[in-house]
Amino acid sequence: MSDPLQFGLGAGYGFGGRLPYLVAFVLVGIGLAVLVDDDDLVKKVLGLGIFQTGVFLFFVASAVRVGGRAPLLSAPGPYVNPLPQVLILTAIVVGVSVTGVALALVVRLHEECGTLDVEAIREDVRD
Amino acid sequence: MTDPALLVALPLVASALPALLALVRERLGWPLAVATLLAQTALALAVAGRVLREGRVVTDLGGVPAPYGIRLVVDGLAAPFVVLVAVAGLAVLAYTRVGGPRSGPFYSLYLLLVAGATGVCVTADVFNLYVFLEISGLAAYGLVASGGRGSAALAALRYLLVGTVGASLYLFGVGFLYVATGTLSMARLASVVASGSADPTLVLAGVALVSVGLAVKMALYPVHGWKPVAYGAAPAGVAAVLAALISTVAAYALARLLLGVLSVRFLRLYPVVETLLVAGGGASVLAGSLLALRARAVTDLLAYSSVVQFGVVVLGVAAATPASVAGAVVQLVGHAVMKAGLFLAAGVLAASYGVETIEEYGGLAERAPVTSAAVAVLAVGLIGLPPTVGFAGKLYVAVGAAAAGAWLSVALVVVSTLLSLVYFGRLLQRMYVDPPSGAAGDDSGAASLGMRGSVVAAAAAAVGLGLTAAALERVLAPTLEVLL
Repeated sequence: MSDPLQFGLGAGYGFGGRLPYLVAFVLVGIGLAVLVDDDDLVKKVLGLGIFQTGVFLFFVASAVRVGGRAPLLSAPGPYVNPLPQVLILTAIVVGVSVTGVALALVVRLHEECGTLDVEAIREDVRD
Repeated sequence: MTDPALLVALPLVASALPALLALVRERLGWPLAVATLLAQTALALAVAGRVLREGRVVTDLGGVPAPYGIRLVVDGLAAPFVVLVAVAGLAVLAYTRVGGPRSGPFYSLYLLLVAGATGVCVTADVFNLYVFLEISGLAAYGLVASGGRGSAALAALRYLLVGTVGASLYLFGVGFLYVATGTLSMARLASVVASGSADPTLVLAGVALVSVGLAVKMALYPVHGWKPVAYGAAPAGVAAVLAALISTVAAYALARLLLGVLSVRFLRLYPVVETLLVAGGGASVLAGSLLALRARAVTDLLAYSSVVQFGVVVLGVAAATPASVAGAVVQLVGHAVMKAGLFLAAGVLAASYGVETIEEYGGLAERAPVTSAAVAVLAVGLIGLPPTVGFAGKLYVAVGAAAAGAWLSVALVVVSTLLSLVYFGRLLQRMYVDPPSGAAGDDSGAASLGMRGSVVAAAAAAVGLGLTAAALERVLAPTLEVLL
C-alpha cells in the first residue's frame, strides 16, 4: 500500500480520491469555528456536532472501496471494510449521549437565566 | 475471580442501581456506592497481586481472541492506576456521606466515573479506550453540574464542550492510526509500527491528534481552561474525585500509547515527538506556575498547580527512560492522592468557616489545627519535599531525564519546584503566620468526622507513599524493561 489514503474512495471522487477526506477536514474546521466563535449555546452544541460528524466521515471514507459490496460471504467481493462503520455506529451513540447531556445543561441554564447567550449567562451567574 | 473484565463490569452494572433505588428510598445511594467500591478495591488488589506474581493478566472479551476481539490487559503499568481508581473512589466517599451531594443519581454518576476510569486503564484497544474516555467524561460532566448553582451548569457545559473536542480529536487520531496500520489492537499496532510498514507521516499525524486530544483531558497549557472553572464550580467531593481520576487516567493513556504502542525506538527515530512533548510539558510547568501565583481562590490555585504537575509528568514520559517513566507514574499516583486531599480540605474549611480565597485563609491554623496541618503536609508534598511522594516522583523524573541527557527537562522540574514553593508557601504563610483575616466565621460544625478524616488520611497517604515509592518503582521495573 504505497498511498494508504488512496485505499478509500479511489479515483472518480475528485482530488485523486481524497475529496471525502477534504470534506471531513472542512467539516471539522467549520464545527470548531462555530464552537469557538459563536456566543449562542445551542449553536455551540451544533458546532460540536458538525465537528464530530467530520471525524465520523473520515472513518467511513476510509472503509469504502470502489465497487465494494456489503461484506456478505455469500456474495462475491470486493467488500467494503465493515470495521470502521461499526466503530462509527458506536461513536454516533456516544455523540448522541454527549449532545443529550449538553442540551440538558443548556435547558437548565435557559430556565435559570432566560437567555442562551453565553456572555449574558456568565454575567448572570457571577452575581 | 481476578478477571479484569469484572473490574469494569462491577461498577458499570452497580451504577444503574443508586438512581433506581432512589425512587424507593432517597438515602440508599451512599451505602450502595460504598459496598460496590469496597468490592472493587478488593478486586483491584487481587488483580494487582496476580500481576505481581504473573507479570500480566489478560482477558479476551466474549472469548474472541485478539486482534479480532477486544482484549483487556492489566500489566505492571496499569495495576497501580487500577488500584488508585478504586481506592481514591472509596476514600472520597468518606467525605460525601455528609459533605454531599447525597442524591441517588449522584452516586450512579460516581460509579460510572469509576467504571470509565478503570476501563481506560485496562483496555488494550485504542477505540475501546475512546469509549471509556467518553464514559468517564460524561459522568464527570454530570458530576460537575451536580453543584446545583447556575455557575455549576455553565462550568459543566464548558467542560463538556472542551472535553468532547478533546475526545473527538483522540478519535480522529485513532482514525489516522487505523488507516496507517489497519488495526486497533495496541499490541498489533505496536508490531506494525515497529515493522516499519506503516506510513510514518500518517502515524505521526495520528500520534499528534491523539496527544492533543489527551492533553485536553489532562488540561495541559494552553488547553487547561476548563479545569479551574469546573473544579471551582463543582462540590468539593466532586472536585476531589475528578482531580484524582480524570486527568490521571488520560495521562496514563498518553504514556501507554507513546511507550507501549509507538515504542521508544519510534520516538528516537522521530525526535520531533519528544521536542513537542517537552514543549507542551514545559509550557504547562511555566504557565501553570505563573497562573497559580496569581490565583485568588484556593480551588484556582489547586487547579493551576495540577497544570504544573501534569507538565512534569509529560516531561517524565517524554524522556522515556525507566527512571523517568517510573517517576511519572509515582508523580501521577502521588498527585492524585495529594490533590484530592487538598480539595477535600478546601471543602472542609469552606463548610466549617465559609472561607474560599487565599486571603480569607489568614490565621486559620489556630482555628482548625488538624485540617491546617494536613493542608501543610499535602502542600509540602506537591512542592516536592521529602519524605512525601511528591519528592520521590520529581526526583525519579529528574534523574531519569538527566540519564537521557534531557537537561532542559531537569531544569524545568527544578523550576516547577521553586515556583511551587512560592505559591504554596504563600498559602501556608497566610494560614500559619498572618493574623486572622476576619472573613472566617465560627466553626459551623458542618464538617463531619468522615470529612476531616478523609483529609488526614490523604496527608498520611502522601507520606506513606513517599516512604514506599522505591517499592513501587521496583514493581514497575519489569514492565518498563519490556516497554522501553
